[in-house]
Amino acid sequence: MNFEYAPSIESIDIVKIDPKNKLFIDGKFVEPTSKKFFATINPATGEPLAQIADANAKDVDLAVKAARKAFPKWAKLSGKERGRYLFRIARIIQERARELAVLETLDNGKPIKESRDVDVPLVAAHFFYYAGWADKLEYAIPGKDTKPLGVVGQIIPWNFPLLMAAWKIAPALACGNTVVIKPAETTSLSILLLAQIFQEAGLPEGVVNIVTGAGETGAAIVNHPDINKIAFTGSTEVARIIQKAVAHTDKKLTLELGGKSANIVYEDAAIEQAVEGVINGIYFNQGHVCCAGSRLLLEESIAEMFVDKLKNRMEKLRVGNPLDKNTDIGAINSAAEHAKIMKLVESGISEGGEYFEPSFAIPSKGYFHKPCFFNKVSSAFSLSRVEVFGPVLAISTFRTTAEAIMKANDTQYGLAAGVWSEKGSKVHKTAAALKAGIIWANTYNKFDPSSPFGGFNESGFGREGGRHGLFPYLSIK
Amino acid sequence: MSGLNNELKIAKTIKLFIGGEFPRTESGRSVPVYLAKSKKIYANLCKASRKDLRNAVTAAQEAQKGWASRSAYNRTQILYRMAEMTEGKREEFIEVLTNTLGYTKIAANKAVDEAVDAFVYYAGFADKYQQMVGAVNPVSGPHHNFTSSEPVGIVALVCNSKFNLGNMVAQIAAIIASGNSVVTIMADEGAATLAPLSEVLATSDLPKGVVNLLTGDLAELHSHLGTHMEINSLSYQGTNKKVLGELKEMAAGNMKRVIPLIAQKDMLSLDHLINYVEFKTVWHPIGN
Repeated sequence: MNFEYAPSIESIDIVKIDPKNKLFIDGKFVEPTSKKFFATINPATGEPLAQIADANAKDVDLAVKAARKAFPKWAKLSGKERGRYLFRIARIIQERARELAVLETLDNGKPIKESRDVDVPLVAAHFFYYAGWADKLEYAIPGKDTKPLGVVGQIIPWNFPLLMAAWKIAPALACGNTVVIKPAETTSLSILLLAQIFQEAGLPEGVVNIVTGAGETGAAIVNHPDINKIAFTGSTEVARIIQKAVAHTDKKLTLELGGKSANIVYEDAAIEQAVEGVINGIYFNQGHVCCAGSRLLLEESIAEMFVDKLKNRMEKLRVGNPLDKNTDIGAINSAAEHAKIMKLVESGISEGGEYFEPSFAIPSKGYFHKPCFFNKVSSAFSLSRVEVFGPVLAISTFRTTAEAIMKANDTQYGLAAGVWSEKGSKVHKTAAALKAGIIWANTYNKFDPSSPFGGFNESGFGREGGRHGLFPYLSIK
Repeated sequence: MSGLNNELKIAKTIKLFIGGEFPRTESGRSVPVYLAKSKKIYANLCKASRKDLRNAVTAAQEAQKGWASRSAYNRTQILYRMAEMTEGKREEFIEVLTNTLGYTKIAANKAVDEAVDAFVYYAGFADKYQQMVGAVNPVSGPHHNFTSSEPVGIVALVCNSKFNLGNMVAQIAAIIASGNSVVTIMADEGAATLAPLSEVLATSDLPKGVVNLLTGDLAELHSHLGTHMEINSLSYQGTNKKVLGELKEMAAGNMKRVIPLIAQKDMLSLDHLINYVEFKTVWHPIGN
């Protein structure tokens, strides 16, 4: 018997997309100096959604000036007052949740059930959480008086556009800083709707400024002399450029970069849960997750059985229209990203990796990719080392705990890891030995505004979330 | 009101607030509240009895486990909603404060501001204090050892006889932020604020029974509070040393934690909140 899902398409009527989207500087939407715009595409269809302003160095300078002008007054507000703005913003986000979720899905390609049930609720929660810190900063670092840094420049990626905006803006504002932020060029729409929410909440002009654009806009922020701190989430490659660019300045820096995180499944794991956890770890959000469990390390004794279960589960994943509430895996964010993933998969196949992809069809229009894996690969296999940032898993085996740990740590990255075992002591021993900033034990991809997130080694430095998430935005008086 | 003159305005009956409902005192007794500096009765408040107190403790018990098992984020939102509701009822609070206590409008507005501030402050603390007082402890040997906090359970709160709306709200919020439930004995002064305050609590998605408000004679009730075996903590915010001593003596019966007067400067603080939590430390081996 064939069990088909009837389509359950979320309506897009709730969203009103401006055909021409301007920059948000000093509390107003303004034209870019160059009068240049670029298109943003719906990756599920390949069709353009709207035009986005292209900010150049002059626009960035105007944004920084606005942030600098707003800073003294914002910093002098009591924490209580700053908190009030952030609470208001959180409540409005909750009120307009569906609008934000639909817009996010249209521009990013992620399934509506994720943007609705994961992204947007976490966005509201982040503002709510940091709102409550604004008047409690005397507890941030015990015994120390703190002050804000000033104007912070923030550059965020396209994989969780709104959530990354929340992770950056909420703590910065709670601590009394003002912000110049650049969304990724393929996903600018949702943060511009957030700007409307800032206006609705009465956030003072200049406290948050949004400059849309691509690499050059980002470079203008990084190189601007009147910015006190840079926060960047994106690829390690770009981060290296940024790190060098600010080396001879006093600018503070935090980086949240890529990963090649290992999911370790011991033979005494709860197998069905582990299968679900591995699937979620790499295929959630189309694999566009810095902390994706993109390497699976299986204890040899259960490897064959586990891989069979994975194949079985993958056959039932639903890849398709992101606006369909039944969809598990949506569209790859852009043509460029799609091509990159396909190229990496091809190279993996030509390298001799044992490739598997499910048998179902995926849409031919738009940028879709099947969830897939390479089995029985070694640590030297290219896709065991290179971040694909797509729904591609590399599977290998181990025999002992020590070997699992060694293999898991055999990477220049160190963002996350998963450990699956029903034996608590083994979980703790493994977790203690793993060089990763987030360890998920018997679960994966859990996020909370109170839980610090960030990497070891080349996955970056600094933490976002929790009390630790305040540190990058404060200095000791 | 059309047709009829002001003499026939309908006065609100101010009852107790127990288990999310508004019962009268089972004793049928009342205490008049007068218009400030006048012999004119503003309202008849309930004079709560020992039985009402017991009912309130039962309601608090039934509610507490569910309240504590809510996520901290959920408690944050509910406390914030109390701020929203208080702001919405500003005029009603002002009416009670000006009429029964003779507050000026400015003073009454200030009192409401302080109540809103207190709700927002503790709303913002409910999901943070754990990170300030919890710890992973560096014990010697291969054990993962962590200390986390839990609510103490049922708290009885005796308000200061000198009425202060902001302080009373802060005390209630500090107690429930961590997942406790509370039975509050309001002071005589300002007792009519039970009306708008209970309505705030009843419209904030707060589970029934988490906060209970009683008006009555403390002298009559205090021995029942002190000896009630299901009350885990007694917060005596009065200044009578003799009464405090007696409560502390009675508390020995089931080792109630007794929390004495909290200073004004500490009303909005971490140390206020952690008066109402217990610390639990868990060990787990690290090894094969």
